[in-house]
Amino acid sequence: MGHKLAAGFCLAISLGAVTAAANAATIEPQDVVIREAEVESSLTGSPGDPAAGSKWFKSRKLGNCLACHGNRDQIGEPFHGDIGPPLDGVADRYSEGELRAILVNAKSVFGPDTIMPGFYRVFDGQRVRKEFQGKPVLTATQVEDVIAYLKTLKEE
Amino acid sequence: MVMRTKIALLSAAAAGLVMSGYAFALPEGVDTVQVTATAKDHPLGELYSGWHFRTPETQALQQDDFENPGFLWVEQGAELWETVDGSEQKSCASCHEDAADSMATTGAQMPKWNEALGKPVNLEQQINMCRSERMGAKPWKWESSELLSMTSFVRNQSRGTPVEVQIDGPMTPWFEKGKDLYNTRVGQLDLACVNCHQNYYGQSIRADRLSQGQSNGFPTYRLKWQKIGSLHRRFKGCMDQVRAEPYKVGSDEFLALELYVNWRGQGLPVEAPAVRQ
Ligand code: HEC
Ligand code: HEC
Ligand code: HEC
Repeated sequence: MGHKLAAGFCLAISLGAVTAAANAATIEPQDVVIREAEVESSLTGSPGDPAAGSKWFKSRKLGNCLACHGNRDQIGEPFHGDIGPPLDGVADRYSEGELRAILVNAKSVFGPDTIMPGFYRVFDGQRVRKEFQGKPVLTATQVEDVIAYLKTLKEE
Repeated sequence: MVMRTKIALLSAAAAGLVMSGYAFALPEGVDTVQVTATAKDHPLGELYSGWHFRTPETQALQQDDFENPGFLWVEQGAELWETVDGSEQKSCASCHEDAADSMATTGAQMPKWNEALGKPVNLEQQINMCRSERMGAKPWKWESSELLSMTSFVRNQSRGTPVEVQIDGPMTPWFEKGKDLYNTRVGQLDLACVNCHQNYYGQSIRADRLSQGQSNGFPTYRLKWQKIGSLHRRFKGCMDQVRAEPYKVGSDEFLALELYVNWRGQGLPVEAPAVRQ
């Protein structure tokens, strides 16, 4: 997993490579396997783009992670929340597979009562608004982008 | 409008501020914004009005009856109270006379059980029942300026009165249903009311400092809406936020939720019309 990750950082520099790779066999939300709080391999088969991930992290329409987490590098952003812990140093605390499990389904890692939504899950019969039915909050590519961004958050 | 411009400025200024404790006196007509829960099995220890969590600017706006924009609706409601309408040629005042007496506690006690209907009715529904059944007038549309005005006016008569709703007897199944709705995760984000308003009040979600989601300030003037809105509109907004299909305003589901939410704020004084961000 380590070498895959290193490759991710190089690849991410070239956006084109990432977009092309998104077409490779993508794992659908219902097919993701979470084992011991880890999702081992990339949902898209390739690494994400940390710059794009940083954008999804802030975007109200997408991750909206900033609604609950304020990170040192984004503290200048207006209106970050403090429901969840700051994610500085999160790359040192969790493996890539663990970060992926947290993103896919936070409940699988933090327990059923967590407020953190699952970002790559599909819910049935819970009054999900029509336009969101059958869809996860983030696409597989976006999840991998956010993971790539989280991997840049190391303790200084 | 002079008032509107001022509000916009105030809200912009307030956005950058973090509220700390009571920087200001209590809302006009209210002696407290915090009480200890009395019910044995209440999920919260201390109950706080939403006012407690707002910026000093927003708090101050609510406190001053002349500045509080919600009073435009209260005043319009006072006029409607005296206005004859419908086939019976009656006004609310024809039967209820001085609202300051006849409605002094009503606003704190709705929804109430209605024997004829075999279900609870909230304030909006009671007002419309009086219109259609006793005045021979058309019921007002939910969220119409008339219904908001009358609800604001009637609720304002109970300002300072502690919320006290009946939950025993025939109300029990409605209370249980409301409790259930409060604790059920919904929407694409899979969140329940309890996840935000019980577990994280006092903390910030984006720009918003979470309150306990109490109902004692409704109808509430929202700076964001630039008008007053009903409790059910707020419920709808919260369900929208988690990408859920909201129940309809005036629905049995929201009525049950209203009963339960009011009970969670049992003892908090009515503050209507409150001002919120
Ligand atoms: C509604 C609030 C909320 C949102 C939105 C949210 N989180 Fe979280 N997150 C939490 C909470 C709360 C925790 C702490 C665990 C707990 O108490 O359940 C957490 C924990 C985490 C952790 C582990 C942190 C640690 O140091 O242990 C990571 C990583 C994380 N979140 C990433 C994200 C990302 C990435 C997003 C956006 C895609 C996101 N979160 C969106 C509330 C949220
Ligand atoms: C994702 C978090 C979240 C969820 C879930 C949520 N709300 Fe809210 N709610 C908010 C925010 C943010 C506000 C505005 C700030 C505040 O007063 O808490 C708010 C405000 C309110 C208010 C107005 C309080 C006041 O004093 O003006 C009420 C009432 C309310 N919510 C009820 C509910 C109910 C009932 C549910 C479940 C159907 C619910 N909320 C679900 C976030 C949430
Ligand atoms: C013809 C007489 C009549 C008129 C006119 C009338 N009401 Fe009523 N109203 C009643 C009666 C009688 C009740 C007692 C409850 C019931 O059986 O409906 C009542 C109950 C109420 C209550 C509940 C009081 C409580 O404490 O439970 C409210 C609120 C109310 N009316 C508001 C209004 C408003 C607002 C108007 C004008 C739009 C109005 N009413 C017009 C006769 C009237």
